[in-house]
Formats: sequence, structure tokens, C-alpha cells
Amino acid sequence: MDVCGVSNFNVFPCVNDPYLTQYLFVAVFVLVAVLFPLVPLALVRVLAPRKPSPTKNATYECGLVSKGDSWIQFRAGYYLYALVYVIFAVETIFLYPWAVAFGGLSFGAFVAMMVFVLLLVEGLVYAWAKGALDWK
Amino acid sequence: MSTIETQMLEVSLGPQHPSTHGVFRMDVVLDGEYVVKLKPVMGYLHRNHEQIGEKMTWLGSMPYTDRLDYFCSMTNNWAYALSVEKMAGIKVPERAEYIRVIMAELTRLLNHACAVGFLLSDCGAWFTPVLYALRERERILDFFETVSGARMMCNYMRFGGVRVDLDEQSLAMARAIVARWPAFLDEFEKLMTENEVLLARTQRVGILPRELAINASVSGPVARASGVAYDIRKVDKYGVYDRFDFRVPVGETGDTFDRFMIRILEMRESVKILHQALRDIPSGPCIAPESKLRGFKVPAGDGYGRIESPKGELGFYLVSEGGAKPYRYHVRPPSFVNLTILEDMCLGHKVADAIIILGSIDIVLGEVDR
Amino acid sequence: MDAIYKLIQHYAPKIPDLLALALAVLLPIAIVMGVFLTVFALLTWVERKALGRIQNRRGPNRVGPVGLFQPVADGLKLLTKEDIVPAAADKVVHFLAPVLTVVPAFMVLAVVPVAKGFVPVDLNIGVLFALAVSTGSVLALFMAGWASRNKFSLLGAMRSVAQVVSYEVPMVMAAVVILMAAGTLSSVGIVEAQRGLAGWFVFKPWGLVAFVIFQLCAMAEVARTPFDLPEAESEIVAGYHTEYSGFKFALFQMGEYVAAITMGGITVTMFLGGYLGPGSDLPKIGWLVSAGWFFAKLGIIVVINIWARGTWPRVRVDQLLGFAWKLLLPLALVNIVAMAIWHFASNKLVGWGASAVVLAVAIVALVKINTGQTFEKRSYRFIS
Repeated sequence: MDVCGVSNFNVFPCVNDPYLTQYLFVAVFVLVAVLFPLVPLALVRVLAPRKPSPTKNATYECGLVSKGDSWIQFRAGYYLYALVYVIFAVETIFLYPWAVAFGGLSFGAFVAMMVFVLLLVEGLVYAWAKGALDWK
Repeated sequence: MSTIETQMLEVSLGPQHPSTHGVFRMDVVLDGEYVVKLKPVMGYLHRNHEQIGEKMTWLGSMPYTDRLDYFCSMTNNWAYALSVEKMAGIKVPERAEYIRVIMAELTRLLNHACAVGFLLSDCGAWFTPVLYALRERERILDFFETVSGARMMCNYMRFGGVRVDLDEQSLAMARAIVARWPAFLDEFEKLMTENEVLLARTQRVGILPRELAINASVSGPVARASGVAYDIRKVDKYGVYDRFDFRVPVGETGDTFDRFMIRILEMRESVKILHQALRDIPSGPCIAPESKLRGFKVPAGDGYGRIESPKGELGFYLVSEGGAKPYRYHVRPPSFVNLTILEDMCLGHKVADAIIILGSIDIVLGEVDR
Repeated sequence: MDAIYKLIQHYAPKIPDLLALALAVLLPIAIVMGVFLTVFALLTWVERKALGRIQNRRGPNRVGPVGLFQPVADGLKLLTKEDIVPAAADKVVHFLAPVLTVVPAFMVLAVVPVAKGFVPVDLNIGVLFALAVSTGSVLALFMAGWASRNKFSLLGAMRSVAQVVSYEVPMVMAAVVILMAAGTLSSVGIVEAQRGLAGWFVFKPWGLVAFVIFQLCAMAEVARTPFDLPEAESEIVAGYHTEYSGFKFALFQMGEYVAAITMGGITVTMFLGGYLGPGSDLPKIGWLVSAGWFFAKLGIIVVINIWARGTWPRVRVDQLLGFAWKLLLPLALVNIVAMAIWHFASNKLVGWGASAVVLAVAIVALVKINTGQTFEKRSYRFIS
């Protein structure tokens, strides 16, 4: 295992791109991670008793019969947060490459980025002042 | 911002719910997280208490009163005994009065400690404060057990006094509990009243205005937190309460935090009363010599006796026809009356607040439903 | 994994290439998952013991010595419990949710360097991968809440979305300063950048602030007390997993705990010098010592989590979101500036002082803005 960066040794002979090697590994990891919970769930089908009854399979509502549906147009009350979130999530995409290259950047590059961040901060301050950051 | 059409969610919190303090149900209509309507539904623990009281002999009802507010059997006993003594004109010996004060104030300590602990649990503090409170409550229960033989259902008082006298050993036990209590309170307060999360959760939440508190005949710590200076220990001076030097804390805002703090402050005052009572307790009989256990009859008439139970005004209204049984036996439970203003306090707050507001009223369902 | 492949080829050259390959890929996965599942099982025991200690009780003490086998007993019990699916629920989504909640928790493990020279895969975007993948768990929570068709689940699901969305932002912003200092996204690279005396990022003013923000956000992201609103027991029964029983419930618990551990692992990697520590570079036993350091540091983070759970009440949903947007996020942004000051200062000492001052001012100002109107000092009348 190479500590610094991508190894030049190729574990999948059929794949030449070293990046792809790593992501193939990640893909295998996903597969294992998905299989892992499925195995005990399969085991449960064998081990656990199955005696369904209408009462047992009713929706829980503190011991009463559930009134009305819960698949409704729920008032989420935080969609404004979600909008602000999207803005900052996009900002992150720009911020991360800049941050990684930061050690070699000039002061000017830093100022340029700060101007960009400030534009978004301005948006945050506006949202704050407008009360969009208060739960309604 | 109201251009998006949303639907209300009708949820019933309880009877099977982790923090409704028993089998209590709140039918809540939610708009998002906000409570727009709340209906308390009671009666799940109805045990026909008053009817049973009318079928039992006068003394036979005494053990049943234990089961009203099962946290505070001693004060329930006292309220019932007081009403009957009033009607029968029994004079209680001085020593018995002191013992009753000691028991009632110890009950107040354990009830308030647990109420505050459960309130924190409703805030989501994962049982730690409750278990601290229960640890101390345990000492008091041990004391009750030594004296009366039972930990919770004490059935300790009799018309005209108490069942068993306190010997020197049990008095020393009580003194040890009382000596320890301020240290526990200091620790409790240090851990909780300076906790920012608790302050943020409780301050300005569930405000009960003074007028509403009076109009709804709310009593006890809930009323006092709203600025109603009303404590039956001061108003009626029943028993020997006029002999003790103690103060009644009164709040101003009437929010959940005030109700929490009033209980803490009341515990400090109770400790003062206990110190005086344990110091001044006279010698003498613990029960009036004229008090009969068998064939006890109450002259015809009616009477209402009330005391300041830890939760508020606990009263018994009794009607006698002169026989061995009461003709009418009615309980005025503080929890039940205090619960009626729940909706007014919860509207406009969030679900999480509704839970702690309910916790701050401090109800016991045995008393609410009877 | 290359190292394992080479080892296999070295010691057992007869093994077919494909088998060696499979071993090289699966072995590290098996090791990491095995180790972290053991840690998870131990953690449930440690948590219950520690909570017991906090709460004046003993905790588990019946199964095995000092209750050590309690997790095994719990696992077996949950395996043999009936799996109840509400008739009204969306069966497929209801089934998928617990599976999906475990996956992101384990995926983060792929990039956590647990010992010197041992990381399952050293992605060059390691930290970004971890942050991105860990967010995936919110999808599972929402699926669970929505598919259950239960009102409490719905409330819990809605809360969890708001919570994760809000805490993602300050978390990512807090990580930026680390990237600025390390100059790489690779988790191993970040650890290696923290070499030297007091080289851990947590010992720098900006690093400390970022650490606190990151730790708080990590707790919020995996819904630990005081941020456990999605499953707030005293309010909405069990939140999104109200309708889950048997092993599906166990999977939710596992997902939450493993996520707590892995997020702790990321925190350790980014701020506490990962596997670095005295003796971690020794020639033969360095890997063992470094693993010891990593898990010791992880233990500290875990204990902080348990301690918070045992002592704090839960915050309310509006306070929770306000805390993220009005305090943590602005602070994280100021922190980037502080890091730049530290970086561009002519003299290291000046940089240290200047960035510390900037951060202190920012913290005081933000706390003042946020708490100005909230807390009241009360006084009480006494009637005698």
C-alpha cells in the first residue's frame, strides 16, 4: 500500500487506470456493505417466528386506532434552510479545490476567494435579517 | 409564505406513550411541529374511587386514599383524616401533629425532587436527573418503611393522630435525611439551573397568566409560579403550620422554568420546616385517646378538609348521615384541576414543548382519574 | 491492498492470481469491518456501563463477566424476534431503509487510516468521500420514516432531514481549514501533515475551533443526544424507527453506532493526528502502536459522546437549526479567515496570536448575538 497518493501497482490486471482500481475497490466495499445487513435479515426469516395478525400489524399510535393518513402534505417548515443549504453545498465544490491548493496560492488568490465567500455570506446575512433562518 | 397548501396532522399522544406520566392521552392537531389544538383525554385509570369510598367504612377508605396520588400517600392520608376529624370534632395530640408535618414535608421533598427529575427527562435528559432524584427518594421511602411498614402505600394516619409513634431511632433517621438534603439540592441545582439547554427549553415556554390561573382555580406550585401567592399552609394554618418559620416562593412569569424553580425553592423551605419540626417535636401520645378504630361513626353533617399537598390543594368533601359509612365521598384532586389549563398553555408551541409543559404541571394519573 | 497482494504472491506463489486478487480485496474489508463491528459491540457495552456510572446504577452485569457478553445476548435476542411490518406500510421501502442505513456507516470506513500503513483504500479525495457518503444515511432515515406510514415516524423523518441538511454545511466548512493546512484531501495525507511536536491540528487556534464545530456537527449528523431529535423518545416515541422491530431495529442501532464510531474516526484523522503518537514509527511494531493510538483517541471521542448523552437535555428543533445556521456556520467561515491570517503572517507567533484574537472576538460576538434575548435571570418573591 502506497502511503502518498495513488499507488502505481495495479491490483486489477484488467484495469490499467490506477484511479479506477481504487474505485473498483470502493465498489466491492459497497457490495460487501450491502450484503452485510442482508445476511442476518435472511437468517431472521429462518429463525424468527412469523405470526402476523391484524392488531399486531396495525400502525402504532399509542394504542389507539390510527386516525387519518400520515402521507400528507406535511408542513415541513424548513424549506428555506434547504435552499440556503443548496447554495452553500455548491459553494463547497468551489471551496474544496481552492483549499487543497491553498498552500501554493498567493495572497491575491486568497482575496479573490474571500470575495466569493463574502458574496455568499451576504446572502446568509440577508436570509438571517429576513428571518428565513427562524423556524416557522 | 402561506401559499403552499399543507395539511394538519392529528396525533394522539398517549395512552401508550413514554412521557405522558401514565395512561393519559392528549389528542393533538399539529401544523408541522406546532400544536394548533390539544384535547386532554382522561379516565384511563378510573377506578371508581369515590363510589368505593361510599361503600367502605370511614376508616376503611384510608388505605384507598394512598392510591390517589401514589407518590404522596402521606399527604393523601392527612387530607382525608383532617376532613373526618373536622366533622367528628376530634382533637389531634400535639405530637401527632408534628409527626404529620414531618411526614408531609418529607413527601413534599420526594415529590418535588422527582417532579423536577421527570421534567428533565421529558426534555430528553436520558433519565440521569430522575435517577439522582430517585436515589434521594429512596432514603425517604426507607424511612417511611421503617415507620409505617410500607414504602409507598403507607396507610399511616388515623383519625386523631398517626398509627405508629416515631421512636428516637427513626427520628435520627429523618434528621439524617434532612441534613443531607441541602447538599443534594445544591448539586441538583448546579447541574440543572445553569444548563443553557434547559434554560433555552423552558424559559418563556408554556406561560400561564395569573388571571387564568386564578380563574381556572389552579393551585400548588403551578399557581405560585404564575404569581398567585396562595399556599394553604399559610391561608388555613392547619395542623401546627403556624408555629414554623417558613416562606412561600412566588414567581412572576409563570412559564415552565418558573414552575421548575418554584419546586426547587419550595424544597429548601420544606427543609427549614423539617429542621424546626424535628427539633421541637414534643412528647406525648401519637393518637387521640378518644379515637376509636372499630365502630367509628361520624355525626350527621358535611365537611370539607383541605391541605396543601405537593401538587396543590387536595380536599375531601364528605357527607355523613351519622352511620358507619360516608353518604358522599368526594375528592378534589389538584392534578385534575391543574390539568384543565393544559391546552391554553400549549397552543402555539411545538410538540416538544407540549411534553415538557405537561411535565411541569406534575400530574399523577391515579389522582386525575381516581 | 497492494501490500496484501504482494505478500500473498511472496509467501504462496502457487495460489492462482484471481484468488490472490480476491483475497487482496476482501481481506482488508473483512479486517476493517470485523474490527469495527467488535468495537461497535464493545461500544454498546461501554455506553451502557458508562451511562450506568453517570446515573448511579450498575449497567449490564449479568451476562458474562461484568456483563461483557450483553451485546451478544442482545444480538441473538433480536435475531429471534418477530419482524413486524405494519400492514399500511410501503413494504419495499420499509425493508430497504435499515439496509441502507448501515451502508454509508460502513462506507466511511474505507478511507479511515486505522494504523500506519493500513487504510483500506487511500482515495485522493478521502475526506470529501467520507463527508459525502456519511450524509447518505439521512436518505435511509427518511425512507424509514415515510415508508412506515406512522405519524411519529413522519415527524422524526422530517426532523432528521432538517437536521442533517443544516449540520452538513458547518461541518464541511469546518473541514476546509484542515484542507488548507494539509494541502490534500487524502486521509492519509492529512494524518501525515500533522507530524511533529504539537503538530496535531487541534493544537492550533483555528484547528481547535474547527474541531469543536466538527465534533458538534458529527454528533448532530448521527443524531446523538443532545441532537437526537429524529428519535426523540419522550416526544415522538421512537421517531423514524417506531415501526421497526427485531433485527431491522438492530440494524438501525448498528447504523447509528457505527456511524458514530466512523465519524469519530474521521474526527481523529482530521484533528487529533490519526494514528500518530510516540512510537507509531517504530520499525516492526509501529503498526500495532499506531493502531493503539488511533483507538485510544477514538475512545476519547466516544466517551465525549456518551458523556453528552448522559448529562444533557435535548434541544428543540428551532434551536437546533438556529444553532447550526446562526452560530456554527458564521464561526466556520470566520475560521477560514483566521487560518489565512495564520498562514500569511510573517511570524508564526504573530499568526498564532492574531488568529486566536480574531476567533475569540468572533465567538464572543456570535454568542452575544444569539443568546442576547434568550436567557433571563429570574428573581422570586417570598411570602412569609
